Amino acid sequence: MAQVSDVADNQPPRTKTLRIARFNPTKDNEKQFMEFSVPVEKWTTVLETILDVKQHHDHSVGVRYSCRQATCGSCGMIINGKPRLACFTKVSELDSDVVTVEPMNNFPIIRDLAVKFERLFDTHHKIKPYLDRDDTELESDAKEFLQSPEELEQYIQFANCIKCGLCNSACPTMATDSSFVGPQALAQAYRYVADSRDKGKDSRLKIIDDSHGIWRCHFAGSCSQVCPKGVDPAMGIQLLRGYMLGFRS
Amino acid sequence: MAQDEHKEGIKGMANPGRYGIERVAYWLMRLSGLGLLAYFIGHIYETSNILRGRVGWNEFLELTQTTEGHIVLAIVIAMCVFHTVNGIRVMLGHGGVGVGKPARPDYPYDPASQNYRHKIGIYSAIILAAIAMMYGLAVMFGE
Repeated sequence: MAQVSDVADNQPPRTKTLRIARFNPTKDNEKQFMEFSVPVEKWTTVLETILDVKQHHDHSVGVRYSCRQATCGSCGMIINGKPRLACFTKVSELDSDVVTVEPMNNFPIIRDLAVKFERLFDTHHKIKPYLDRDDTELESDAKEFLQSPEELEQYIQFANCIKCGLCNSACPTMATDSSFVGPQALAQAYRYVADSRDKGKDSRLKIIDDSHGIWRCHFAGSCSQVCPKGVDPAMGIQLLRGYMLGFRS
Repeated sequence: MAQDEHKEGIKGMANPGRYGIERVAYWLMRLSGLGLLAYFIGHIYETSNILRGRVGWNEFLELTQTTEGHIVLAIVIAMCVFHTVNGIRVMLGHGGVGVGKPARPDYPYDPASQNYRHKIGIYSAIILAAIAMMYGLAVMFGE
């Protein structure tokens, strides 16, 4: 029986072309693309090819990453035209000999593939992403805020958000409106509004009840299509509108 | 290159590709909205010609009796039908109707809000717009 290593040794090494967008806002006026030939296997991720470039070709490529398992949300970028996590995207699934990586749209560029997240975190903080109530678990007789499985189902999907920013990058409204709160923050607003333990619904709805808030969303759905964790911000935003319009209580 | 925000701008907003039929519907909705706005302004100008009397009015109406005029009117019919049908779909969605219920997502995470009901709504809007446009062309050119 052939060993895995024997099979791998007999396979000719496959290579793909990795096009990396290079841009330094302090020096450059235009984004330039640099091409590298990188070895790939069936399981090679886009992040691994970028790290291969940094290790063997050009260590100055600017990229942010951390967990390498689609949990930290650091390595979001535009891969072959769509916002994706580089650690969660295999080169083999792109079905292309050329892999183009660019920084996420709608985020200011720090350098090359790394972008600033200040605005995303600002809007995230703006919607009060925590349970808003007067008492705490420590004051409760039960020492915890009890919740039924049905109540948990109302928001648990939206608690999966890893703040990667891919939804904001794909959003057509964010492409033109600098003041729009964005699908990430709105989905998180729904997450807390729908939480039966939360008592801050009215104040949270007041924050997003703005012409650049929830009413700016046009339900294009691109945010949900690119979410790597199945959060479905488009659904959250529309359900949140149900609260705003009085269809939900 | 303005990298302060690195926004895609109008080009990114208008690009109907990459994100499926929902983004195409979003693009067509905006395009038909702008088209109908342009038609509305033109229509007000057109009807204001009645102040020029019967002859002036008839002269202006002859503009729409040309091949180009018929094609423009047929496109207006299509835009009107698409904008209406898709607008109803979007309004229902905005009220939380037909966007699914929150649930624990299972990989590969098909978003519930992009479900078949909305896709049927989008395709219906496109098909009805095409039928209405063809009917309009048949009436205008069939005379």
